[in-house]
Amino acid sequence: MNNTTKSILLAGVGGQGILRASDILSWVMMEAGYDVKKSEVHGMAQRGGCVTSHVRYGEKVYSPIAKKEDVDVLLSFEKMETLRYLDYLKHDGRVIINDVEIYPPSINLGEAEYPKTVFDEARKHVDSIKVVKAEDLAVKAGNVKAANTVMLGVLSGHLNIDVAHWEHVLRNSFPPKLIKVNLDAFNLGRTA
Amino acid sequence: MKQLMSGNQAIARGAYECGVTFASAYPGTPSTEITEEFSKYDGVYAEWSPNEKIALEVGIGAALAGTRAMVVMKHVGVNVAADPLFTVSYTGTNGGLVIITADDPSLHSSQNEQDNRNYAKFAKIPMLEPSDSQEAKEYIKLAFELSEKFDTPVFLRSTTRVSHSKSVVTLEDLVIRDNTTSIQHNRDKYVMVPAKARIRRLEVEKRMNALKQFAETFSENRIELNDPKVGIITAGLCYNYTKDAFPHYSYLKLGMVNPLPVTLIREFASKVEKVYVVEELDPFLEEQIRAMGVDVIGKEIFPFTNEFNPGVVESALTGVPEKSSPEISFPIPQRPPNLCPGCPHRGLFHVLGRLKVFVSGDIGCYTLSFMKPLEGIDATICMGASIGMAHGMNHALKENGKGKVVGVIGDSTFIHSGITSLLNTVYNRSDTVTVICDNRTTAMTGMQDHPATGTTLQGKVTKELDFAALGQALGVEHVRVINPLNLKETRTVMKEELATDGPSLVISRAPCALLQSKTAETIVPLWSDPHKCTGCKLCLSLGCPAISWKRLEDLDFTVEKKTKKQDGIAYIDPTLCNGCTLCQQLCNFEAIQEVQYDE
Repeated sequence: MNNTTKSILLAGVGGQGILRASDILSWVMMEAGYDVKKSEVHGMAQRGGCVTSHVRYGEKVYSPIAKKEDVDVLLSFEKMETLRYLDYLKHDGRVIINDVEIYPPSINLGEAEYPKTVFDEARKHVDSIKVVKAEDLAVKAGNVKAANTVMLGVLSGHLNIDVAHWEHVLRNSFPPKLIKVNLDAFNLGRTA
Repeated sequence: MKQLMSGNQAIARGAYECGVTFASAYPGTPSTEITEEFSKYDGVYAEWSPNEKIALEVGIGAALAGTRAMVVMKHVGVNVAADPLFTVSYTGTNGGLVIITADDPSLHSSQNEQDNRNYAKFAKIPMLEPSDSQEAKEYIKLAFELSEKFDTPVFLRSTTRVSHSKSVVTLEDLVIRDNTTSIQHNRDKYVMVPAKARIRRLEVEKRMNALKQFAETFSENRIELNDPKVGIITAGLCYNYTKDAFPHYSYLKLGMVNPLPVTLIREFASKVEKVYVVEELDPFLEEQIRAMGVDVIGKEIFPFTNEFNPGVVESALTGVPEKSSPEISFPIPQRPPNLCPGCPHRGLFHVLGRLKVFVSGDIGCYTLSFMKPLEGIDATICMGASIGMAHGMNHALKENGKGKVVGVIGDSTFIHSGITSLLNTVYNRSDTVTVICDNRTTAMTGMQDHPATGTTLQGKVTKELDFAALGQALGVEHVRVINPLNLKETRTVMKEELATDGPSLVISRAPCALLQSKTAETIVPLWSDPHKCTGCKLCLSLGCPAISWKRLEDLDFTVEKKTKKQDGIAYIDPTLCNGCTLCQQLCNFEAIQEVQYDE
């Protein structure tokens, strides 16, 4: 009954450019002719806490947040963060993980350890997992800060959206001197 | 033209499109962007007032002068503005007056979860509640029309999810309105002495009765009849959550949540077999609908706390619990927000934590220093409370409290509601040490200007408040200014002032690290020499996100142990380090130095 609304969940850590990435993704979906809603919580985001952004698109979207077991793609910008949101995935949902570790205070203080078996753990619950090193590809494109655009490139390979929409939106989302870096970052992600 | 807009952007756009040219506000998540966005439109006046009470009074004045005025605040801001609120309900307005309250179910960035629909009923003011960005833009226009038609202030209620979600909005052109401003003397209506207020009191009841009639046919109170088995009465984003999970049910969607349309509700209930009320927080609609004699199901199945989502609604209505998180074979470390690298609060609170004093705190980024390892805040209630609480503790503890109680407050927060409390420490003399954490901006809500920054919301240069001169003018004899990024100075001055009789004011001044990163020419990060670091972990006691612990066995190079017990070293991430030098000041082994870049 619940029509054809698709849900993408972007997750990671404040400062990784997740809100910008979800803005771009939403705009692309609007360009592609869909109704779009997206939601996140601002405020504490710049201060190193968890950040999530839900993007939902379809013919008519009601809720800006997805319910559990309703997310088609989990785009995880930080390795360990992936594990917090697995319950949101559909059983045939996909996960794209950026292979980067950002330490929370307890790990910095030496009180906890960064989990070593994140991928094994995720594989227990999800069949389709793709791992990328977005920062490495972003450096290759010319700026480490374009890692979020690399992630969008990887995501684009899993969505059936004309690449022209992506390019149009990317060209209009950055100041002129950063357009090439971001287009390159996007394409490196798309072909990764 | 269509555009993706947040609820906040859409409210600003709607206000602009319907010819609003006046806005006053105090920043507060999730409301802040409404005023910021509005201030950028051509031909409008917008200000950050020192607090929400002043913002409302400014708005009342503008409306009395005949203009359309929008006043914006977060839910707890309405508490501050409550005094004028309850009486402007009596006077009514001249030009339209709309008060936006942005509530925060789930307390994403607030100290409580109060449901401000209660204020609408309490103060006898109509309230509209949009469910997405398009409605937010429409409803702000309807709110101004209602305000002028019924001569009343009107509430527009948003919640975090409406304010911060983005959805597609159709833009329209600006409707240019004639200049409606003038001075009108109408003392019977606007001088609220008892004799006049008693008369206006009756007008309020007449107005609410008229609004009840209006609500029956108001276009945004609408029935969607589908499956007659289940009827849902709801408003705001809960409509979308429920519609997402149960698109085939019948709905009564209320665009106006105060006053309620009694006949329409009874009519809807008569057309469906079972009625559910879906609402976050208080049973505000439910209790009133039950009082109408309509049998509904509500809070016996829905939570009282936290925001909803389609899963919460589905689970409550079907009785099937939501999927629980999958079993992970290890605990996932928590990731709480933290003070930024280079944050000047870190120096101050490191010192306060070590002094073992009771720190009465306030609302701002510095509240985050209550956590390990700083543990530098012991109480937080609301904006401005820190100084009064410290003063009260001082008097209660008498000699036992001497030198042991400090009140800390941010620069913007001090201006908001700390000035009169500081005066109180002088008037009713106590030994309270008040510290203004002056980071030159309203940091937590995203770097808004305030009266001590010397710049207005719309970028005009203005007179800059001098905290030291203000303290002296209030009668504080001990006024000190410190740099919190200098630990020795901070420690010395705090000890001296704690030992002093009578009230003291310490101005702890250094710009916010985020402000600095925008203006500083170059930032020289630090690094820790692994061959000098003894693994004493003193630098880790700062809780800086840039400093982490590396175990010796995990290193890909060999480090000679400086002590038998040493099992690791501190590592500073040069991409995060802001070069504040606090860790360098703490290090007893000269291990921490500036990064020297190769030519």
